[in-house]
Amino acid sequence: MWSSLALFGGKMNDKFVIEMQHITKVFPGIVANDDISLGLRKGEIHALLGENGAGKSTLMSVLFGLYQPEEGKILKDGKEVKINNPNDATALGIGMVHQHFKLVECFSVLDNIILGVEPTKFGLITKKEARRKVMALSEKYHLSVNPDAKIENITVGMQQRVEILKMLYRDNDILIFDEPTAVLTPQEIDELMIIMREFANEGKAILFITHKLNEILAVADRCTVLRKGKYIGTVDVKDATAEELSEMMVGRKVQLQVEKSDAVPGDVVLSVKNMVVASKQHKNNAVKNVSFDVHKGEILCIAGIDGNGQTELVYALSGLEPIVSGSIKMNGVELSKQSIRKRNLAGISHIPEDRHKHGLVLDYSLEQNLVLQTYFEPEFQKNGFIKFNEVRHYSEKLIDQYDIRSGQGSITTARSMSGGNQQKAIIAREIDRDTELLISVQPTRGLDVGAIEQVHRQLVAQRDSGKAVLLVSLELDEVMSVADRILVMFEGEIVGELNPKTCSVQELGLYMAGAKRDDMNGGEK
Amino acid sequence: MILLIQYTLIYASCLILVALGGMFSEHSGVINIGLEGIMVIGALGGALTMMYMPEGVSPFLIVVLTVLMAALAGLAFSMLLSVAAINFKADQTLVGTAMNILATAVAAVVVKAINTTASHGDNVSAIVRYIEEHEAFIVRWNLGEKSFFEFNWFFVITIVALIVSAVILYKTKFGLRLYACGEHPQAADAAGVNVAKMRYSGVMISGVLGGIGGLVYIASANSSWDFKYGVAGAGFLALAVMIFGEWKPWKIAGAAIIFGLFRALSNVYTAFPLLMELNIPSNVYNMLPYIISLLVLAFTSKSSRAPKAEGIPFEKGQR
Repeated sequence: MWSSLALFGGKMNDKFVIEMQHITKVFPGIVANDDISLGLRKGEIHALLGENGAGKSTLMSVLFGLYQPEEGKILKDGKEVKINNPNDATALGIGMVHQHFKLVECFSVLDNIILGVEPTKFGLITKKEARRKVMALSEKYHLSVNPDAKIENITVGMQQRVEILKMLYRDNDILIFDEPTAVLTPQEIDELMIIMREFANEGKAILFITHKLNEILAVADRCTVLRKGKYIGTVDVKDATAEELSEMMVGRKVQLQVEKSDAVPGDVVLSVKNMVVASKQHKNNAVKNVSFDVHKGEILCIAGIDGNGQTELVYALSGLEPIVSGSIKMNGVELSKQSIRKRNLAGISHIPEDRHKHGLVLDYSLEQNLVLQTYFEPEFQKNGFIKFNEVRHYSEKLIDQYDIRSGQGSITTARSMSGGNQQKAIIAREIDRDTELLISVQPTRGLDVGAIEQVHRQLVAQRDSGKAVLLVSLELDEVMSVADRILVMFEGEIVGELNPKTCSVQELGLYMAGAKRDDMNGGEK
Repeated sequence: MILLIQYTLIYASCLILVALGGMFSEHSGVINIGLEGIMVIGALGGALTMMYMPEGVSPFLIVVLTVLMAALAGLAFSMLLSVAAINFKADQTLVGTAMNILATAVAAVVVKAINTTASHGDNVSAIVRYIEEHEAFIVRWNLGEKSFFEFNWFFVITIVALIVSAVILYKTKFGLRLYACGEHPQAADAAGVNVAKMRYSGVMISGVLGGIGGLVYIASANSSWDFKYGVAGAGFLALAVMIFGEWKPWKIAGAAIIFGLFRALSNVYTAFPLLMELNIPSNVYNMLPYIISLLVLAFTSKSSRAPKAEGIPFEKGQR
């Protein structure tokens, strides 16, 4: 169906500011870009859509000069150009806001903006003129920043503004935004969309990389879809629907909505009272006097922008970090002073935020990783020796049951597995331990739409089987569609409790940004 | 008292130069544990230059040539680190350690070979003598009867190096780029900075300054040096100064003076009746700088912030 919408071919003669023709980029063992062509017009917002690993970032890195393609060519205003490094890209007017910001944290905003194009006089840097230009740009586009603030002290949204100013300072007119909305609040996303529109109206060309369909529908003019490194098609956004785009992206029909019945909360499983956790980054506490209960049969979601204490909260619950004061009770038993193993045995499962650091031993085999918390149980051990046959048997069972794909099955080194399958392995291990409480932190991070659907279904299934699920997520869509109850964290405190059925995304965004808060310590329990 | 100030300045000069070298290397993102070795090779270069200096060369030329050779020797030796760390992405701590072991051994072997040949086998020591040449570095200021202050040209070199370092690091685009490479090389790369080039520069500067620092260590107060001792851990002391100085030029200077003072105290405490009366064995004074550095690092290294990306080889694709 969508193929009839594809405009590529017929419009080849259109004037493109930048055109990438038949780009092929090969990494050892993988073809990241396989014969991809893309044309960008002046004054348009061109979305680049694809799942993780579809090759979007690679393609953009080729355009920005970070990678050299094996095949294909790049044309600027119809003339072939060679982009060997970011300097060449800058000279052609190409700028990029990277997904992971390329900012030096201990530098000031101004220093970051001028890095690489420093104005000098007698060999010394002169910042006066640069400061004037930055301030003028920031006023013109409503990108207010403090040029003397250090990057490490400003919010992520502010950091993104610095990245945008960096492009403007270099007078770029081809702007690449690599997943710019992943770290922003809904309000910040709206602002960004307005700014992007403004740029386009001014005649700048914008490439907008994302995997969020609603953003494309809201702001983009055209959309090019990649899947597994291959070019799928380019469509006019005004003629497209979310369903069509997602089908192009994934290659099959996807259930965009999580299907679940109403929750039937039971007894309290985990009760946290007045918990305080110190921060490793700053002197203030990361978690300040937080209290909440998690019930059987519900998915309680902790929402918030990254870095507002969610990580430390989970570290404290799982035992990775000590608490300063307060209590953590599991079925009435105090756990706050217990070791991680005792907590695991008491019934906590944990799908960690950082799957490489806390989820897997990367150089162990898959089967060893699958019994990390149970190898000492009589089932797998006798007189201090591991029963390898049992381990293998158990591992084969999980691999089969949870569809964990890997090169060599049980003996595959975890490091060599794909991110999605590593996550599947962790989820399999944690769910199969059959504990009362499942703590799940950003379980779908880095997974593609198909795998996300799978994970969400498993979380709901756990809930339906009467377990308590504590989900920590930064993804608004995930929060709204999976949670039964939402707690919003802001600067280490719980600032609101919301019901996803009755609250709007905008309302949730206000809480996340700290613009709105309820008094949670007042009448509560 | 004058002697105390004089010795403090000598040791502080040495520590400042070497620590500044370490600072440049680490701000570019390369850990330089090999400073000790660079010092030894620099000292060797300088000492041999003085030893082979023909008679009648003007003092000024002696100073210039000796410093130049020490700097070149240090620079050449530091290339081991840059090639291994930047081109081959080797573990920087291991390379530095290997350099330290290598340097002392090389210096001892070279000097012994020279001595053995020159004396037809009578002298097999690793001692280099430069009694007259080392006078070129010294200007004596009379302070009345029998007391004089030995002004050392190394002081000037150090002060110039300190000021130039601070200006380069904070006021030039080279400094800004170098700093960025040690903090977030991917950011520098995306901004069009050649990270490998900056890191090479950082290590090379540390080679030059480390080499001169080694010369200061052996030549400012001594007229001969036994190379079997290397430079007796001065390079590590300089690393401690660099950490205590938080990788910042002026703080490094302050830290070096404190360390230098304790080091000087071990040489001249006998001149202070008060200290003599305490009847503390001289070994304690000799240990002081090292004990102080242990204590200082134990208490301050946690709050002192190292360049974020130091020690990590730069991979273009990584994010």
